[in-house]
Amino acid sequence: MLIKLTGGAVYDPASGVDGAKQDIYIQDGRIVNKPIGDVQVDKDYDLKGKVVMSGAIDMHTHIGGGKGNIARTLLPEDHRADPVARTDITRSGCGHAMPSTFVTGYRYAEMGYTAGFEPAVLPINARQAHMEMADIPILDKGGYVLLGSDDYLLRMLTAKKDQKAINDYVAFTMQAAKAIGVKVVNPGGINAFKFNQRKLDLDEQNSHYGVTPREILRVLATAVKELGITHPLHVHGCNLGVPGNMNTTLDTIQGIGGLPMHLTHIQFHSYGKEGDFKFSSGAAQIAEAVNLNKNITIDVGQILFGQTVTASGDNMRQHANHKHASPNKWVTMDIECDAGCGVVPFKYKDQNFVNALQWAIGLETFLLVDDPWRIFLTTDHPNGAPFTSYPHLIRLLMDRSFRNDMLSTIHPEAQKMTTLASIERQYSLQEIAIMTRAGAARLIGLQDRGGLSAGNWADITVYTDNADRQLMFEKPDYVFKDGELVVVDGKVVHTKWGTTHVVKPDYDASVEKDLQKYFDRFLTMKLGNFKISDDEITEDGRGSLTVHPLKGTVA
Amino acid sequence: MAEIIEVPSPFCGIGTDDLSIQVDGVALKVVEHGCAVNTPAFEQAITDTRPRVDGKEVSLEVAVAKAAALLKNTNQPVIGGCATDVNGMRALLALADRSGAVVDNMNFTGARNNFLALQDSGWMNTTLAEVKNRCDVLLVVGVDLEGFSPRFFERYLWNEQSMFLEDTGKREVIYLGKAPSGSASTSPNGQKALVFDCANEDLPDVVAVLRALVKGNPIRIDSVGGIAVGRTGSVPVATLPPSVAVADLQDIADKLKAASYSVVTWAAGALAYSQAELTVQTLSEMVKDINNQNTRSSGLPLGGKEGDQTANQVCGWTTGYPARTRFSSGFPEYDPFLNDTNLLLKNGEADALVWVQAFNVKAVPPVTTLPTIVLGRSGMTFEKEPDVFIPVGTPGIDHAGHAYRMDNVVAIRLKKLRDSGLPSTSDVLNAIEHAL
Repeated sequence: MLIKLTGGAVYDPASGVDGAKQDIYIQDGRIVNKPIGDVQVDKDYDLKGKVVMSGAIDMHTHIGGGKGNIARTLLPEDHRADPVARTDITRSGCGHAMPSTFVTGYRYAEMGYTAGFEPAVLPINARQAHMEMADIPILDKGGYVLLGSDDYLLRMLTAKKDQKAINDYVAFTMQAAKAIGVKVVNPGGINAFKFNQRKLDLDEQNSHYGVTPREILRVLATAVKELGITHPLHVHGCNLGVPGNMNTTLDTIQGIGGLPMHLTHIQFHSYGKEGDFKFSSGAAQIAEAVNLNKNITIDVGQILFGQTVTASGDNMRQHANHKHASPNKWVTMDIECDAGCGVVPFKYKDQNFVNALQWAIGLETFLLVDDPWRIFLTTDHPNGAPFTSYPHLIRLLMDRSFRNDMLSTIHPEAQKMTTLASIERQYSLQEIAIMTRAGAARLIGLQDRGGLSAGNWADITVYTDNADRQLMFEKPDYVFKDGELVVVDGKVVHTKWGTTHVVKPDYDASVEKDLQKYFDRFLTMKLGNFKISDDEITEDGRGSLTVHPLKGTVA
Repeated sequence: MAEIIEVPSPFCGIGTDDLSIQVDGVALKVVEHGCAVNTPAFEQAITDTRPRVDGKEVSLEVAVAKAAALLKNTNQPVIGGCATDVNGMRALLALADRSGAVVDNMNFTGARNNFLALQDSGWMNTTLAEVKNRCDVLLVVGVDLEGFSPRFFERYLWNEQSMFLEDTGKREVIYLGKAPSGSASTSPNGQKALVFDCANEDLPDVVAVLRALVKGNPIRIDSVGGIAVGRTGSVPVATLPPSVAVADLQDIADKLKAASYSVVTWAAGALAYSQAELTVQTLSEMVKDINNQNTRSSGLPLGGKEGDQTANQVCGWTTGYPARTRFSSGFPEYDPFLNDTNLLLKNGEADALVWVQAFNVKAVPPVTTLPTIVLGRSGMTFEKEPDVFIPVGTPGIDHAGHAYRMDNVVAIRLKKLRDSGLPSTSDVLNAIEHAL
């Protein structure tokens, strides 16, 4: 079947197309060149007055894995306020802060998203992450495997194993857990919490291993680079949420010594301690450092006001934050000499000084970082806000008068502590398309996604141009996934199953010898039972694996 | 004859995956690392291979068509048991969504003690590998741990080596409430567990005093439980359960606070008394209190047998709620009390029963006059023949699959050990759903 999308204004940063009227042809799931000669178009969509982008990609969203399911189980009252009924083509479920898997897929698609990446896949919990994501319809998905607090790596560092050995271990773990990236959360801190350390600065030693977060970041960032993984080491830094942590973040940027590094939900790591409340914005300094250091990419982790739940691997910081739990119930876990997690419900309030300033810090960061290819639109779903708030966030970025109207309603002391009112920048449609499409695909290393030129998979979103950007981005006219029409007028009309994106870096098979001994001595599972096989993803007939290339040369 | 090694078990809840099993046709023999729970569960012989309708053997197609016909015009069927693997639960939830059924895991009334505590105040928990490497004091509350999991101590406490303990034999084990049935809790050095016995129903008081002592609150009594105020006077003195001395509880509190990484374990289902969720909550809050006193401590709820954690996990991500959830309004509604299979049957609120139990031939459906469809493990026998009986394969024996361990984090990859031709739960439930 040949589909033609006629006359829309195309925003395709991957090809440098910025709003030009272009026709797009779709055949067999992919975008194709205009057929030569007189070929019958089976279905023609008239897109005059419409805006066309590729399907959006959320490069950091907690959609699969144990902590999310703990968050769900913890908050039945939140689900009850947002029940989702079954239809002839869709499953029932629940929505709001931590939606059920099916509703996650539908609601992302209904906003024009066609892929989401779980950033915290614990190796030992990777099966669960993939099984949950396998029950998210429509979207493509993938995960970043979490390392850095696992005892195996820390033992390697204490034993001064060389970088090659660490690379082999990282590559093995990526393959075993079916990952496309590597993440580190509070480097070494989750482990230190198990030894009763309650904080861990960048140069503070783990009391048992004597290893510092700085060393962990450096060896993992090096491994990612040397293995040729496109996605830079994905870093949730030290001291999340601590006033004054901007200095840690600036140190982290300097300390990585030019290696590619992605700093995630940087809003939570951009706090000063100026002012009457000893809490201030560090966004300007952080943005300046990001602008200067081209090896750094960030996503924001914007907070938006309302009830949500925070779910993180960072049990050290989540335990410290539990006193802010609202409602007052929370979970932390130590997990399998591998990692941990913490789940704390939060209600961000615009009349709370700290929350109000967090909101402003996130927006300052968006507006002060110059290069949209190196900054990504996230709320760290569900930690800053549920992903369903993205259209509102886009309006805040694109519409200064709306932004300033909102600013004038927040806690008055927070208004005094932010430069937001004076920032004139408004994001363009092309910049939004970079942040949420082309940039994200490039950052993760997704081949044939995130662009609208021939050869790309036909993940396409069509919006009606509307000065109210929230309304525009809430309700696309059409969403195509792999060339199939899945959403019309913001409602799912057809469902399908996306693929799981992975990389398969090579490793020396001898790494398994040591690992096998370690598993037998200290862990609770046989190494052979730990590795996830391909058929676990594909055997139900819905899932598939898409293996992306590594970068050609090793430095 | 073949021998399969490193076989994971879905039966014991603690994720043993070192079994060696000999396969001779469809007969299995556990030749290494068996235990009182796993060996009979693996070796259970296949009897039925063909489905029955009204007691007569039929083809699978006929049985599926009959099941669909029985479900076709129901208003609120109940799907009980829910003892299967991840794919089985996926299919079960899809069928429930389509038919407006109630989904209720057979162990939920026990597990409810945990869910109510979790959903009210949360907890700080740990997993088995952390226990294996870090736990220096284990407090076992209200459960005979080796009866529950025969290999728990061997695998996770008396392991020869641990990363952070010089001598695992020096770990301290303390039983509060129930005494151990054997000697598995005695360390290889011969160090016996401390045992403080009391009646189950005295545990709320005993645990409350322990938490108070952990917090440093003054206690004005000398003993808890036993002949304490409020006990019935009709019980002969000789059979009264023992009381627990407050001095002993103080000793336990001191040990917990002095430990580097204490672990407090309980089995929600073993706390078989009214409002036992408050006991789980007190224990969980006590663990939090210890963590506020400059050391670490974690809870470790036992469970994970025959798909109970699996049911709650899959129902959790599919609906947002644990596996006692109804779909009769067109969307999931969780009620940990009202959606109880037995209650719905008793009150006449259900109009059909689907029973899914792929693991245990003894876990038979409740007897009812309602139309009854059973997907059961081959070998299941009935007091009253169900309208439809479909013998299904057991995950981890007849087909591959996934099951959650007691600590919820680890999903084990179950292996296929033999070719029995028995269909999987998901095959059958998917077929019934399609026939609807």
